[in-house]
Amino acid sequence: MSEPLVTIQDVDMRYGGPQGLLAVEGLSLEVATGEFAAVVGPSGCGKSTLMKLVTGLYIPQEGAVTVAGARVTKPVNIVGMAFQNPTMLPWRTTLDNILLPLEVVDRHRHRLRRHKAEYVEKAERLLETVGLKGFGQKYPWQLSGGMQQRANLCRALIHEPDLLMLDEPFGALDSFTREELWCVIRDLHAAQGVTIVLVTHDLREAVFLADRIFVMSARPGRIIKNQTVPFTRPRDLEILYQSDFNDIVHELRGDIADARKAA
Amino acid sequence: MSAQSKGIDWVTAAPWLYTGGLFIVWELAVRVFNLPPYLLPAPTNIAGAIWQYWPAIWKNSLQTLYTTTVGFILAVVGGLALGILVGWSRFIYAGLYPLMVGFNAIPKVAVVPILVIWFGIGTIPAILTAFLIAFFPIVVNVATGLATIEPEMEDVLRALGAKKMDIMLKVGIPRSMPYFFGSLKIAITLAFVGSVIAETVAANSGLGHMMLAAQSQFNVPLVWAGLIMLAIEGIIMYAVMAWVEMRMTGWAHRSQMAQV
Repeated sequence: MSEPLVTIQDVDMRYGGPQGLLAVEGLSLEVATGEFAAVVGPSGCGKSTLMKLVTGLYIPQEGAVTVAGARVTKPVNIVGMAFQNPTMLPWRTTLDNILLPLEVVDRHRHRLRRHKAEYVEKAERLLETVGLKGFGQKYPWQLSGGMQQRANLCRALIHEPDLLMLDEPFGALDSFTREELWCVIRDLHAAQGVTIVLVTHDLREAVFLADRIFVMSARPGRIIKNQTVPFTRPRDLEILYQSDFNDIVHELRGDIADARKAA
Repeated sequence: MSAQSKGIDWVTAAPWLYTGGLFIVWELAVRVFNLPPYLLPAPTNIAGAIWQYWPAIWKNSLQTLYTTTVGFILAVVGGLALGILVGWSRFIYAGLYPLMVGFNAIPKVAVVPILVIWFGIGTIPAILTAFLIAFFPIVVNVATGLATIEPEMEDVLRALGAKKMDIMLKVGIPRSMPYFFGSLKIAITLAFVGSVIAETVAANSGLGHMMLAAQSQFNVPLVWAGLIMLAIEGIIMYAVMAWVEMRMTGWAHRSQMAQV
């Protein structure tokens, strides 16, 4: 295993001043470069706080978050993010939506205009990878929910982040579309070598996609279990119906039920 | 075109049919009940007045249209600027909002005497009244558009190192444009209200002034002619604003903003 890309060490995060709500307490985890990690836990356990800590949107009161060897003290732009809500801007074409991060990230924004063709080509390639070839000129509201979520993934990847943070990206999709997108993410991970942290409620999704699963306790959240997933890659959707797959899901389910009861 | 086989598009024709119907019922009611013109003049009587007094009506209509339009343009510029300012930060919002609500609650007719003291009788109080009454809906709508940026969108951009300015330019301001253009339809009709109020209280031209003068001479058909002209100007300006809205923010009508 290579060295960790993300290290969270004994982090406390409290909202709204010293008497405020303690979202996570003594949170520690490590994600290796190139690894696919999933974070699961009861609702309200601070999974979204974890997202914001890693991306530098929140700075913890206690402990340290380190990404790519540097302590996080401000937003980290080597990270791409995608949420359940695709938040495509309706006045931009899908292609222009995907190019949006480049208009913001410092090392791209100044060369965007002069090297437009190069970036557009890159966006088209990404669209092709997620199965949206030829949809770049469509507006997001002309796309289905699943297609919008695919475009959302492209937007999260366009600036070639080292780390992709996904916050329940498939939560609002029907189960067939969700399985399709699992495969899209699986293939992106394999092809781009990007490190992925997936926050999810769906245990089957976590086990299917991840190399390592962190189970969080109820609030204040910390890691109560660090489960490695043994299945070899590339994984086929068929493994969803194997008994050892279901054993892991079942066990995780038990852990989370316990965590809920403890709360 | 509708699917009707007769070739008549009833929906497109409806505004004309209804308007025509209103005038016919009106005309008939006046004739059947034999109402005197000083109570309710018949549409033909009003049309006669418009014809008879056309030079005066035309001049005063242009004056009202002029004060309304200038006041409206000021309201657009001021409302857009103040709306962006208010939507920019919660501190400014919290501080200015109660002030604006209080100011909006003041009947504008009560402000006209003050404007007359400052600027004298004439065009300027009418322009300023139109401005004062029209700018509030623009401010509120622009600020609403800015304040309702999806938090996820803001997170995505802030994580990439976006400054407040980036988020405003790339997301906030384009996002508030449908609200802004939608508010123009309300603002333009209010601007007419404002300028006519001022013309009625303190002016020597404009439709409001003309109607007041006609009333004092008991020329009731001319008063009604003024009302009809105002309605026509209002409808035309409203239609222009609706057209501008469609042209500028067509995307907003085909998509739901919060579509998942």
